[in-house]
Amino acid sequence: MTAVDARPEQTNEIGRDRRRKEDARLITGRTRWTDNINLPGMLHLAMVRSPFAHARITGIDTSAAEDSEGVVTVLAAKDFDESLGVCINAWPITPDQKTPAHPPIAIDRVTFAGEIVAIVAARSAAAARDAAELVEVDYEELPAVVSLEEAVKDEVLAHPDLGTNKSALWVFDSAQAGTGGNVDEAIASAKSDGIVIERTYRQQRLIPAFMEPRSVVCDPTGEQITVWSATQIPHILRFAFAATTGVPESKIRVIAPDVGGGFGGKLQQTPEEMIVFAMARRLGKPVKYTETRSESLLSAHHGRDQIQKLTLSATKDGQVTGLKVELDANLGAYVAIVGGGVPVLGAFMFNAIYKFPAYQFNCQTVLTNTTWTDAYRGAGRPEATYAIERLMDELAAEVGVDPLEIREKNWIKHEEFPFTTIAGLTYDSGNYEAATAKAKEMFGYDALRAEQAERRANNDPVQLGIGISTFTEMCGLAPSRVLGSLDYGAGGWEHAQVRLTPTGKVEVITGASAHGQGHETAFSQIVADRLGVPFEDVEVLHGDTQIAAKGYDTYGSRSLVVGGEALVRAADKVLEKAKPIAAHLLEASVDDMEFTGGRWTVRGTDQGMSIGELSTAVFAAHNLPDGVEANLDSEATFDPENFNFPHGTHLCAMEVDTETGQVKMRKYVCCDDIGNIINPLIVAGQVHGGLVQGIAQALWEDAVYDDAGTLVSGSFVDYLLPTAADTISFEIDHTTSPATTNTLGTKGVGEAGTIASTPAVVNAVVDAIRPLGINDIEMPCTPERVWRAINSAQKGA
Amino acid sequence: MARISMRVDGMKVTDDVEPRTLLVQYLREGLGKTGTVIGCDTSNCGACTVHLDGDSVKSCNVLAVQADGCEVTTIEGLADTVESDLHPVQEAFRECHGLQCGFCTPGMIMQSVDLLKRNPQPSEEEIREGIEGNLCRCTGYHNIVRAVQYASGHLATAANPRGATEEVDAL
Amino acid sequence: MIPASFDYVAPTTVEEALAALAQYGDEAKIIAGGQSLLPVLRMRLNAPEWVIDLGRIDSLKGVRDEGASILIGAMTRHCDVATDPLVAEHATLVARATATVADEQVRHRGTFGGALAHADPAGDLGAPALALDAEFVIAGPAGERVVPGSEFFQGLFETAVSEDELLVGVRIPKHTGWTAHYEKFVRVAHQWPICAVGATLKVSGGVIEGAAIGLTNMGATPLRAAGVEAALVGQQATEEVVRNAAALAADGAEPPSDLNGDADYRRHLVMVLTRRAITKALGG
Repeated sequence: MTAVDARPEQTNEIGRDRRRKEDARLITGRTRWTDNINLPGMLHLAMVRSPFAHARITGIDTSAAEDSEGVVTVLAAKDFDESLGVCINAWPITPDQKTPAHPPIAIDRVTFAGEIVAIVAARSAAAARDAAELVEVDYEELPAVVSLEEAVKDEVLAHPDLGTNKSALWVFDSAQAGTGGNVDEAIASAKSDGIVIERTYRQQRLIPAFMEPRSVVCDPTGEQITVWSATQIPHILRFAFAATTGVPESKIRVIAPDVGGGFGGKLQQTPEEMIVFAMARRLGKPVKYTETRSESLLSAHHGRDQIQKLTLSATKDGQVTGLKVELDANLGAYVAIVGGGVPVLGAFMFNAIYKFPAYQFNCQTVLTNTTWTDAYRGAGRPEATYAIERLMDELAAEVGVDPLEIREKNWIKHEEFPFTTIAGLTYDSGNYEAATAKAKEMFGYDALRAEQAERRANNDPVQLGIGISTFTEMCGLAPSRVLGSLDYGAGGWEHAQVRLTPTGKVEVITGASAHGQGHETAFSQIVADRLGVPFEDVEVLHGDTQIAAKGYDTYGSRSLVVGGEALVRAADKVLEKAKPIAAHLLEASVDDMEFTGGRWTVRGTDQGMSIGELSTAVFAAHNLPDGVEANLDSEATFDPENFNFPHGTHLCAMEVDTETGQVKMRKYVCCDDIGNIINPLIVAGQVHGGLVQGIAQALWEDAVYDDAGTLVSGSFVDYLLPTAADTISFEIDHTTSPATTNTLGTKGVGEAGTIASTPAVVNAVVDAIRPLGINDIEMPCTPERVWRAINSAQKGA
Repeated sequence: MARISMRVDGMKVTDDVEPRTLLVQYLREGLGKTGTVIGCDTSNCGACTVHLDGDSVKSCNVLAVQADGCEVTTIEGLADTVESDLHPVQEAFRECHGLQCGFCTPGMIMQSVDLLKRNPQPSEEEIREGIEGNLCRCTGYHNIVRAVQYASGHLATAANPRGATEEVDAL
Repeated sequence: MIPASFDYVAPTTVEEALAALAQYGDEAKIIAGGQSLLPVLRMRLNAPEWVIDLGRIDSLKGVRDEGASILIGAMTRHCDVATDPLVAEHATLVARATATVADEQVRHRGTFGGALAHADPAGDLGAPALALDAEFVIAGPAGERVVPGSEFFQGLFETAVSEDELLVGVRIPKHTGWTAHYEKFVRVAHQWPICAVGATLKVSGGVIEGAAIGLTNMGATPLRAAGVEAALVGQQATEEVVRNAAALAADGAEPPSDLNGDADYRRHLVMVLTRRAITKALGG
């Protein structure tokens, strides 16, 4: 492909603030959400869910429900055979992982509040709900185990038949792996002559809370069974249907139409999807189920929920010497599709941008009688980043230097890239100095520090804190070989096709399935540049297994860096296929052809043909060279050799009202290095949204269970999402260290804001009140928690 | 069943509905106005916002029978087609990248239209408070605020959707 | 998301509404603006057989000048109360508090009387009404009766309105020339207040001549901070006076403990918020 590589740079589209192609249908209310689908004869489902966290089902009486107006049938687990399928765990993190079987409908025992016990099918959603209220389930309550602290004691068991709540222990040790020294020795040494910081942080449980509640429609009446689902993973879902129900994949078509957000929360094979699939097949009619928000908060998978016990060792002047992580992670009642693997992703990120000579990571996954947990924006990496970025602030306080100084002392210098970390990853590119310098300048760091000093001196009731987060992350999931080495049950490549129509338009088919990210726009820009066609002439098709037959879908900031690269390679194949045809039609030697200005031209002349013209010529096929097929369409599958490592410096100023404990964001600045940027407008949107989700973990969101295992924050009244009135405008910018592992030089951005912002905010809150002797506030930093910390510090003083 | 009549996006309709039917259900299921969506069951999210006799309301929190005799405007009534004649607020959301997944967007636009009708030149704070009844999970609200500013004609001071300080390009 | 089935009646006069109440009794729920009732019905936390809609009774809408007082019709929407010139002039605290109720969409539907009759202790209107010595006009089979705020709020979601009665209006003695502020404490904007304080003051020549302080979500009912008021009246409006008075705000309050704060936190908070509410009402 030398000719392609040698072509002059075309930067018409890439880097441009293209307004999104997706928007016209979304801003006019003329799009297709799954719940909008209404098919002739369609039946509606309502779920009967357990109110108890742990109970034996001793009887289910469906008679009154069956007699209710408009009801077709009421079914429980006993009414199904194995063709119902099961919910699979695709990532057993150790060979001896304890993995409770997860039937979509509870059989004789419920293991979390919200688990499905019975299903009503009726002619309307209202009739189904009415009847569901009439299903009488007898439960015999069993002791429930809810919190991690209780679960690890193994006194009350979530699944008594397993004999323990401990699912798997996953360990990485740098001495054993040969990537570094022995961490216990490093800590022992620092205890005698250095600094040892020991902290325990809680990553509270969060709920992804995508705005579109999950909805599934299944139409079994055609040649194929067609499923529409509000999912991030149509391809994986099709595989899961086939693998667990016995229906061949060729008989299943899964469509993810416009999907209203996911954030990892729709990266799941859900009981509801399995039930809709089974009910449609059983009844031979189209079936729909749309959850309510309360059902969604209760039963769609949650995220985070870890307790991190951390030991960091350093020399007296703040050079880090070791990091030991002991992590307990709450899986909930079942091991979700990648639930066990999420905390393990953190294993590679606790060391972050710093040069640790010794490192150990121990992750114990634990079963409880709560909603299952799995990926939520960042998945394992925000938790790790939070821990290390909080610890760096603690180290700075201990040494008595500015937290930026301690970071700079320990981070990988820009001239040291590529750099292989203690966790065994090789960071390809980055420049922490440049991003930090830019962020500091944007922030007005010195002026805010001066104001902070003044407020402290004046004993101002409103104190100012400055929080720092110099994060990196691994994204672009993922090299298939690496996933294999981690016992992940699938690969990480992505597939793309580029098709040419007779009129010269371009159809791009991607296996990445967007749910708000703007693939249709960004991918059009890439292909338009690559093939020299107008942006408007490119149509991106996705989210339908019939159209995009192959794919691994969208999560882990992978679409652009994996899927985009597949697209580039497919487009380049189109150009290669077009080259001899162009030479033939222009009566020139293939060797004289060059692709320039969006056209194959004869070098040194103004003769040339565009891809559109060549496409029309190929369609007619009147005059093709001998042995050349009449087809320019091409496809490519890209499997990255490495992860992708965006990084950035985030700076946050928080005001803390010491009288009420209320915290208020004053300023937030970030400088992210995500390599080359395809569409700055979309990137900005990803950063803004990510920031607020991360800030929300720091300040507001908390999925709270009571001791009995009832989700107390089970509606938007109590699970606090921020509004526009609770947030501020952000200042964002970029430095550019192109990735070396993909042609475009791009890095993922979907999770960056979320990963970086949580520690920046909490660091700022703690920084504001550190002079009182406070060194931690548990998340979320509620006014009450902040006030109590201040109050008890003042009493102690 | 109760007989109701109303005008929805300019169309006169009469139907028999169960009294328990929510306005949003009637719009979606009865009239096929699926542009208006349901995001929660506690009236917190505002995704179902429509205009009832000219005032923004959460259509999940109004019974269809309560809207009898009223004029309802949904997101589908703001512009007749997808291709042209967009309402300035719709145009602004696209221009400023004020949406990502787009699920909150119909409600967010309807509320913004209401806000600008009452206060044509709102400050940033007034915008943020004016849309506090609408939740968005994708945008962090930054570009939604920009979009409302853009639509309000605060063109000179509206910040670039990429950051807070530059001017919107292509104005 | 879908309420259980019910029958519906929309009377156009108070008499018709009372007749409907008499007929359907305890099987009926009254819907005013519906902003609190409909979520309850959607979640099926309540399933009345009848819903009686007051939305078509025009006589219950609007604000009237009655000389020494104003009368706010029970079915006057929050958005109309918040912008009403009579309310702004004579019951400024009510205008201020009403403007903070929920969000714009809810204020377009929710009603003054509906919110008060719902008697949610976290509702924003009870404390201001109580502070302003509002009288609650209740219509029943035997005609109208008037109860003071101290009798109207009887407990958690409980009022003096019995099953066969309707709250038809709220009479507020004119507090013309009183300054006011409603200090509301929330974690996120769309939340019910963790605690809030309404303060309204009459100041003349630097001396506080009148003070009315109401507390939201500091107990099962709205509360009046009588101790604070007493400590203010007749005093110079100084920072010290305000601070000392505000320190009495939690006296007698029995606030709830929940996800957003334990009782002792609320007791502390109410003192800070009272000081701030008074200070802001004084123009500080």
